[in-house]
Amino acid sequence: MGAIDPGLLLAALMVAATPLLLAALGELVVERAGVLNLGVEGMMITGAICGFAVAVNSGSPLMGFVAAAGGGAALALLFAALTQLALANQVASGLALTLFGLGLSSLLGQGYVGIKPPPMPRPDFGQLSDVPVLGQVLFSHDLMVYLALALVAAVWAMLNHTRAGLILRAVGENHDAAHALGYRVVRVRVLAIMFGGSCAGLGGAHISLVRVPQWTEGMTAGAGWIALALVVFASWRAGRVLLGAWLFGGVTVLQLNLQATGLAIPVEYLSMSPYLITIFVLVIMSADRSRAPGSLGRTFHAPH
Amino acid sequence: MTLTRLLTPVALALGLATTVTAQDKTKVGFIYVGPIGDGGWTYEHDKARLAVEDHFGDRVETIYRESVPEGADAERAITEMVLQGADLIFTTSFGFMEPTLAVAKKFPDVKFEHATGYKTLPNVSTYSARFYEGRAVQGHIAGEMTESNVIGYIASYPIPEVIRGINAAYIHAARVNPDVAFKVIWAYTWFDPPKEADAAQALIEQGADVILQHTDSTAPQSAAEKAGDVITFGQASDMAEYAPFPRVSSIIDNWAPYYIARTQAVIDGTWESQQVWHGIDEGMVEIGEITDAVPGDVRAAALALKEAMAAGEYHPFTGPLNRQDGSAWLAEGEVAEDDTLLGMDFYVEGMSGQIPN
Repeated sequence: MGAIDPGLLLAALMVAATPLLLAALGELVVERAGVLNLGVEGMMITGAICGFAVAVNSGSPLMGFVAAAGGGAALALLFAALTQLALANQVASGLALTLFGLGLSSLLGQGYVGIKPPPMPRPDFGQLSDVPVLGQVLFSHDLMVYLALALVAAVWAMLNHTRAGLILRAVGENHDAAHALGYRVVRVRVLAIMFGGSCAGLGGAHISLVRVPQWTEGMTAGAGWIALALVVFASWRAGRVLLGAWLFGGVTVLQLNLQATGLAIPVEYLSMSPYLITIFVLVIMSADRSRAPGSLGRTFHAPH
Repeated sequence: MTLTRLLTPVALALGLATTVTAQDKTKVGFIYVGPIGDGGWTYEHDKARLAVEDHFGDRVETIYRESVPEGADAERAITEMVLQGADLIFTTSFGFMEPTLAVAKKFPDVKFEHATGYKTLPNVSTYSARFYEGRAVQGHIAGEMTESNVIGYIASYPIPEVIRGINAAYIHAARVNPDVAFKVIWAYTWFDPPKEADAAQALIEQGADVILQHTDSTAPQSAAEKAGDVITFGQASDMAEYAPFPRVSSIIDNWAPYYIARTQAVIDGTWESQQVWHGIDEGMVEIGEITDAVPGDVRAAALALKEAMAAGEYHPFTGPLNRQDGSAWLAEGEVAEDDTLLGMDFYVEGMSGQIPN
């Protein structure tokens, strides 16, 4: 007692970072395609309730996560229709999406307050989970933690080493040039937006099904906005998003633990440390030439 | 005849109609700090709002706004509510104090009721509940039930109301179990379920087998349930969905009688600025059912404590009590003044750790 168990702390860090990681990764792809979707919070909370409701009714958390991805994507599709087809302003549409998502989720969640979701199964690693410290840190989690990590690698590889990633980045850097080359700008962007929505939905469901496990109105409590900020500070790179999410999640958990052990650091500093440290590290790292995608936030109107 | 000409009288008539009904009906507004579905603090305020509607029927109309952040934006939200024609506005969180006063100065004809604050104006009252009486009962049960002798406390902001709760719980836990130690986490939020869950988790990992919370959501209850051998108490609301275990009892805020009385005062034109601080006695603080997870003798003693406070025979802050630094606060048999309690910024002797400034 009194000391912090590093194994437990690292394990808690990975769980705390997962919702942020998923949502930020989705938004990263969206922004690399040149679209600024500020509706991450709305899509997360919609995913949280869709996932929760389906998991409770079907008894299967995995079905819940599928539904969460679907719910997030459905809301994102609305955003895509507004901004890509109706050419509405992306900032305004994104903010509206957040408000709409918060309202919709509290409506959908009316009957789910105080209900316990089915427990999330954990993959069985057999003997590996019993390895001291390492077993706890690496082999004690639910499936979504591993899926999020795999997704980081997949997004990184897709963006940097595939033709699809090249097209996506072309669309994001200069949509007129991409259009002139014959790429379907709107189609690419709609797909990216839906991917972003699914990821945000999964992140939200990780909060409602694993991290807290319960449904409470407004339970994402600003995680979507943190995810948005992480993408910028990570200068639109998948690896740095992972670093940022772990830093933020890690320092958040660490400061709570430090408080619990009664360490003599003023609580005010501990409380602000997650924000400060994450911003500091990522800003230092992005001191190179990295910059925002060229067409970010601009409306694309196909010339005929 | 143009369409505008045709519509003007209609619009006028409608305008008149709304003014007439507005005069008939008293409009009561509520500013909430969290969502109604938080299952705790805001949920209970909204239950009281519905009780006002029920009680007055057509004579009163209520409006509300959820999840209003404490700070500058609250002023805008309150002003908007005034402009919607509210006659009486309840602002239901400590952090709305300055915004409420700022708006109240601009609209002297509108009445304001600010929860848990301490500043008044001729058109601003304050009201609060003596939650510390409930905390005393919780502390008693916690001290009896803990096996690790570590009690975790999720605090929100370092304001007198929260500090009072910690002290009241600690005094009564230490009285039945001198070995007990409190570990406090300041979450700096009223409502953030993932953070509240993480805080509960951190406390459990530090050996706590009882979790008290002064944040508004049921997330710590879930975390305790997951841990399996940790008990909790409902905060602000019964949180009965987590009974009988981990939630073994609760503090329930019952605002309905007060809200109805104050609305009636506005209707009658007898409303006056006042400062109200009600406890178990007046029914503003209720103790939720103590479940079977608590041994019979502990429950009986807890209920006796509650009865003594209700009857005014016992005050949770009765001397001898020292401050954390060992200096004397209350002499033998001396009872704390309300003024000291309202501004409480110190721990009592035996508590470890510092209160953030």
